[in-house]
Amino acid sequence: MCLAAPARILSVEGNDATVDYGGVRTVARLDALSEPVAVGDYVLVHTGFAIRKLALEDAEETLRLFEELAAALEETADDAAVRPHREDGGRP
Amino acid sequence: MSREEQHVLSVHGAGGELAGQLLARHVLTRFAGHRAGRIGLEALDDGATVALPPTGEIVLTTDSHVVKPIVFPGGDIGRLAAAGTINDLAVMGARPLALTLSLILEEGFPFATLDKLLDSFATVLEEVGAALITGDTKVMGPGEIDGIAINTAGIGVAAHAVSDADLRPGDRILATGTLGDHGMALIVAREGFRLESDLRSDVAPIWGLVERALAVGGIRAMKDPTRGGAAAALNEMARKSRKTIEIDGPSLPIRPEVRSLSEIVGISPLEVASEGRALLVVDPAAAAEVLGALRSHPLGEDACEIGRVSTSHPSKVIIATEVGGRRFLEMPLGDPVPRIC
Amino acid sequence: MNGRPFAFADPSTAARFAAAIRRLAPADRRLRLVHVCGTHEAAITEHGLRRLLPENVEVLEGPGCPVCVTPTHDIDAAVQMAESGAVVCAFGDMMRVPGTRRTLAEARAGGADVRTVLSAAESATIARQTRRDVVFFAVGFETTAPMTAAVLLDKPPENLSVLVSHKLIPEAMACLLELPGASIDGFVAPGHVSTIIGATAYEGIASRFAVPVVVAGFEPLDVLYATALLLRQFHRGTAEVENAFPRAVSWAGNHTALELIRRVFIPCDTHWRGIGVIPNSGLTLRDAWAAYDARTRFDIAGRTGDDVVPGCRCADMLTARAVPTDCPLFGTACTPQTPVGPCMVGAEGACSIWHRYGGRPTL
Repeated sequence: MCLAAPARILSVEGNDATVDYGGVRTVARLDALSEPVAVGDYVLVHTGFAIRKLALEDAEETLRLFEELAAALEETADDAAVRPHREDGGRP
Repeated sequence: MSREEQHVLSVHGAGGELAGQLLARHVLTRFAGHRAGRIGLEALDDGATVALPPTGEIVLTTDSHVVKPIVFPGGDIGRLAAAGTINDLAVMGARPLALTLSLILEEGFPFATLDKLLDSFATVLEEVGAALITGDTKVMGPGEIDGIAINTAGIGVAAHAVSDADLRPGDRILATGTLGDHGMALIVAREGFRLESDLRSDVAPIWGLVERALAVGGIRAMKDPTRGGAAAALNEMARKSRKTIEIDGPSLPIRPEVRSLSEIVGISPLEVASEGRALLVVDPAAAAEVLGALRSHPLGEDACEIGRVSTSHPSKVIIATEVGGRRFLEMPLGDPVPRIC
Repeated sequence: MNGRPFAFADPSTAARFAAAIRRLAPADRRLRLVHVCGTHEAAITEHGLRRLLPENVEVLEGPGCPVCVTPTHDIDAAVQMAESGAVVCAFGDMMRVPGTRRTLAEARAGGADVRTVLSAAESATIARQTRRDVVFFAVGFETTAPMTAAVLLDKPPENLSVLVSHKLIPEAMACLLELPGASIDGFVAPGHVSTIIGATAYEGIASRFAVPVVVAGFEPLDVLYATALLLRQFHRGTAEVENAFPRAVSWAGNHTALELIRRVFIPCDTHWRGIGVIPNSGLTLRDAWAAYDARTRFDIAGRTGDDVVPGCRCADMLTARAVPTDCPLFGTACTPQTPVGPCMVGAEGACSIWHRYGGRPTL
């Protein structure tokens, strides 16, 4: 729910990592991570702790998912059988 | 060095022998020959004279400075005080002629620090050819004031002073450079935030820059985005003129480090101060040439058009976002605080 | 790709999602989608996303603003601790929240030592630099709780104590759906909370209440993508949990962070400002850490204040049963400069944000 931003690991010193957010550097703790990280990895940092490793491939995958959905929804757009409805007894 | 030579004592503010020594050793050495008329600084008279040109409008401005920390990346309170006053004159369209400098010092304030601040002040004046012609020094007891407070007044002359309220539909809004650098640099510098960056304050006197724009003509209004940032300055202009200012979000000149910092602490770069920038409202016919004039100056390299004036929402500022949305850019409430969410 | 590989704001993709949402939106009724995250509201606001949605598709903020839902008695406790001489460390946006008598900012102006911190770890550092009592005001949801836990698990200094006010999101979402007059067609689940608790945490809600839940990230395209997925589910009549933020969220969540929470805290019933007590929606320290509980150390117990001023409809905003313009005080007696309720104080409170729009969510 909270402010977390992706940062790149510049160095690791035990439980701490020096991370860089596009030119701003700070230290983040690593003890809340569930996967190992190394210099060069991206992590999501929240209130001074890394909470997740982010891979650059995931950024590309995100773009692919966006494209996939946008295309899929455009395909069904011309389908005349498509009608909005709900199972709860709303409109037919 | 004796104690009185290292730190300010209360007697330095008392107008006697030691006060005279403070002026002689720390002020007159740096501002030798400063004058703007027949009676200048060295006379140490009760006031100083300013020779005014026969035509034009006299512009007067004043500011007090209490910034913490007093030394920050890119400058210090001395540079900030001089540049701040010069810039207020500049965005009124006035050539700075002379400044006053009043210091209120805490007893125990190190002279070495004072010298550094005065050096910075002198350097800024030299950059624009303005003189320090009179001033004052007071000393308060330890704890009665936090270090130092500076007040400056500045006097300048404008062929025709430029207000911040004459906006007409179709006018272009120009920014002379990147926004929010000073405010964000101060956030990094303040104790408690374990952030490090190469971000520096943009504090600088912009008279030379503004002068080039004025020479082109077509400048309808100007404002420097200091406290409250560009958001405050734009809203003030919109409210006074009752026009709409439409800003193109993707065009806003913002440094990558400033953008990153704003994401981490949750403070918008548009709500924090710049101290070496101006926002210009320009007749559309002159905009391209004014932009060229700004970019020809070292302080205006990143100058760009950021928006225009319309009438759709009187007194409001609207921002078009990168993703294709639109929203109001509101007047900031007060000192922004970092948030977690 | 430039220096910001995880920024997603391409306007043409946004336009495609907007068009799809428009096509999928029902012709004859309003759709009410609820999110529970101040950062989602900030993302929607910053990027003007509501302008891209059809008029009958509303995206509303529920109790996603920790500033707004922190009960008055917690603020009062923090103020009392500060006034008694402790150094109270809190996140910046907690400073102006009204207590019964004062805000933390007012306590500071009155001479109390109240400091803004960016993390729980900073409070521990401050505690090591002084002999005085230092209290960390632990506010926030599941994203923030592991950090408080980690600090307590890492040889915390004796003079540090924690005023625990952490809350849990899924229980609040369930509560919203059980309230009389609830009309929620789908949830946008909070991305970073979900990094910790996993998309699985919402399965119970989706099946029990037959409502679709999509976990969303915070880039403008993340939000539009998640909204499009919700519209597609509505259109199909499904009520599933979908993870629209796989780069940062897994199905099971972050087991290390969850273990940190589990070792230090246990769930408890807790009071949400404007809503009341929600069962199992808060965290409290386990017995092993009772010594670090600030309420015990400072002997502060029980409720001491009213949460919401009569006439204020914050409760309805927080439960997504009303929008700010439904409140008669909105924009008149209650403004950001003169706030009556917490939703106008918190930077991510619905009322505060709508007021910034000049009273309307779309331009």
